[in-house]
Amino acid sequence: MELNGSQILIEELKAAGIEMAFGIPGGAIMPFYDELMKSDFPHILTRHEQGAAHMADGYARVSGKVAIVVTTSGPGATNLITGLANAQMDSVPLIAITGQVATNMIGTDAFQEADMYGCSIPVTKFNWLIKDVNEIQHVTREAIRVATTGRPGPVLIDFPKDIQITKTEYTPRESAESPLPAIREYPELDTEGIDKLLEAIERAKRPVIIGGAGIIKSGASTELVKFAKAAGIPVINTLLGLGGFPGTDDLFLGMPGMHGTAYANFALCECDLLINLGARFDDRVTGKVSSFCPNATIAHVDIDDAEIDKRVHTHIPILGNVRDVLIALNERLTPRDYDEWRQTWTDWKENYPLQYDWDGSIKPQYVIDQIQEITEGNGIYVTGVGQHQMWAAQFIRFNEPKTWVTSGGLGTMGFGLPAAIGAKFARPEKDVWLIDGDGSFAMTLVELATAATYNVPVKVAILNNAYLGMVRQWQELFFEKRYSHSHYPENPDFAAIAEGYGVKGINVTDVNEVRNSLETAAEHDGPVVLNFLVNKEENVWPMVPAGAGNDEMQLAPPSREAKS
Amino acid sequence: MPRNSKDDTHTIAVLVENKFGVLAKVASLFSARGYNIDSLCVGVTQDPSVSRITLVTRGDEKVLEQIRKHLSKLIDTFKVMDMGESDSVEREMILIKISAPKAARPEIFQIIDVFRGRVVDVSTDTITVEVTGDEGKIHAILNLLQPFGIKEIARTGKVALTRGAKTLKGAKN
Ligand SMILES: Cc1ncc(C[n+]2csc(CCOP(=O)(O)OP(=O)(O)O)c2C)c(N)n1
Ligand SMILES: [Mg+2]
Repeated sequence: MELNGSQILIEELKAAGIEMAFGIPGGAIMPFYDELMKSDFPHILTRHEQGAAHMADGYARVSGKVAIVVTTSGPGATNLITGLANAQMDSVPLIAITGQVATNMIGTDAFQEADMYGCSIPVTKFNWLIKDVNEIQHVTREAIRVATTGRPGPVLIDFPKDIQITKTEYTPRESAESPLPAIREYPELDTEGIDKLLEAIERAKRPVIIGGAGIIKSGASTELVKFAKAAGIPVINTLLGLGGFPGTDDLFLGMPGMHGTAYANFALCECDLLINLGARFDDRVTGKVSSFCPNATIAHVDIDDAEIDKRVHTHIPILGNVRDVLIALNERLTPRDYDEWRQTWTDWKENYPLQYDWDGSIKPQYVIDQIQEITEGNGIYVTGVGQHQMWAAQFIRFNEPKTWVTSGGLGTMGFGLPAAIGAKFARPEKDVWLIDGDGSFAMTLVELATAATYNVPVKVAILNNAYLGMVRQWQELFFEKRYSHSHYPENPDFAAIAEGYGVKGINVTDVNEVRNSLETAAEHDGPVVLNFLVNKEENVWPMVPAGAGNDEMQLAPPSREAKS
Repeated sequence: MPRNSKDDTHTIAVLVENKFGVLAKVASLFSARGYNIDSLCVGVTQDPSVSRITLVTRGDEKVLEQIRKHLSKLIDTFKVMDMGESDSVEREMILIKISAPKAARPEIFQIIDVFRGRVVDVSTDTITVEVTGDEGKIHAILNLLQPFGIKEIARTGKVALTRGAKTLKGAKN
């Protein structure tokens, strides 16, 4: 069968079960768009290419499925960089297809030419520039495999315009030739490492599990619950691991690190065995490495060899898929309990809970608490980046994996709204709540138009403190309250903006209206923006100052700590 | 891990697919981490679809480990080896243009002779010599020729092979 380049790419995507696209057309990608339409490939037209990338990102995080992101050459393609970097940092699969000028024009500074191959090397897991129509089948298959297998990540295919329309003979998937070269993944089960870990568990008196994104990505939650319960070992989840262990379970200690719970950080400081399951020892988790888990034997299970021993020296390295390793551990573990240790961390949980004060203003934590209550932890929760993100991570108690969508590694303000839209497309049956900051929301709020156009009923709660709150908090604590350019005293009326986009908008100024407004939003058949004018100078506690050890955690503002 | 002659200098050989863009990806791994490449040499192998990159870099164990792991992770990479891990033959070629007035020539020729260099070009005031050897030898001849006035040098960067029957296999894993 003779097909053109665009048709071949689409055939290959369909054959792999890929059925979602986000993007914006332009000159160098028009032939491909023409074929998208002819083939009825589902496509969401966004308002900005960064939004398209974050939508595909949110879509992948909750569904585990990969979507494509389509842009034109030059500015359309470079607008993707933040979205790609974000997905790369958090190991989220997506496939970017960028138009490129015709092959005979490449390298001539042609209109809307940008070296996307070069630009995207550092922000993708892998990338390709197609130079021959006969490569498309192979490249597309390889792109899908690279994006979705091993440690997942974003990939980019740069697709010159002339090749989009060049015809060639195409043999569909069933009769396709040899399998692809193997992609370097993880080895057979490391039984030696597992033996060592089981021995360490026998010897330990104060073991702790830290579960990262690897738990979510490998689908290991059930195995983790089984393992933790049988072993009687408490579980900490990193920011990206949240949802990997039930937030309401006795064994759950919350999030570690800079804005982690006091008891998680105490447990890290006191443990004698740390079992890291698919977390990458991010600096926001470890604090100063030299005082991280000072007394512990450290076991680290990771799918990526380059993560092992990268920042923290590991005594028991286990290279492998977390789920496979947990299954093997569960087969061999003899149930046990650490009574004394359980008493210790249970006391910590009781004596140092997460808390906030009441003063009649709308406390941002209260809004999150209320969202948690009306959704009973069964929604999908998405955030921007800043204080509101940390409060959401602290106060929402997740029941299941893949219900938490947040930009961890890159900390990308503006991620929230498009990611929430992508999440809702992936799981329309779920209530999707975006907990956003005024600063973050403003960065990509144009995608309200996408939510309105496609009637995507995401519920947006802006915790509007009229500040780049997280920056303000650091300035208050570490720059003697010099609030250099972190204040937005003239924030726009976000409810009016929402209405302008055809989205229901409500300003909430009274703490007594919080619950009502949330219920109204939940019941409304369509997207809603709730603009909560919250306490402006609330800070996130506890806090480990940047560069300090987790043992230097401050529990509360110095004044309050002195009182109690 | 055994080290090369200079303390934390490592010679790494990488077999990669012979296609455009691969070198950019290898270089990007280094620049993204702030690691320097001291020398770099790329050429096709007996299998025309495979290129061999030999590069010399510096760093402590930790840095080297990261370099090795990230090179291995590249989808275009077949094999990575720290040549310091086994006994290997290492060679580099250098071209040296020396100012060589008549009076100095006998002495220069003598030095070249001792180092088994080859004179590849002569002009009225210069001699260009080609020398092949390991780092020590190249260092030594440069030192000896320094007093005569070195006008220009060009070095190939190091290439290396393990001694004996052992090879770096090109097959993917
Ligand atoms: C794109 C981007 N620019 C800048 C930053 C630095 N930054 C981190 S948090 C923050 C403040 C976020 O403000 P807002 O969204 O209002 O959230 P808040 O902290 O007030 O809850 C800033 C500017 C960032 N993370 N991302
Ligand atoms: Mg704010």
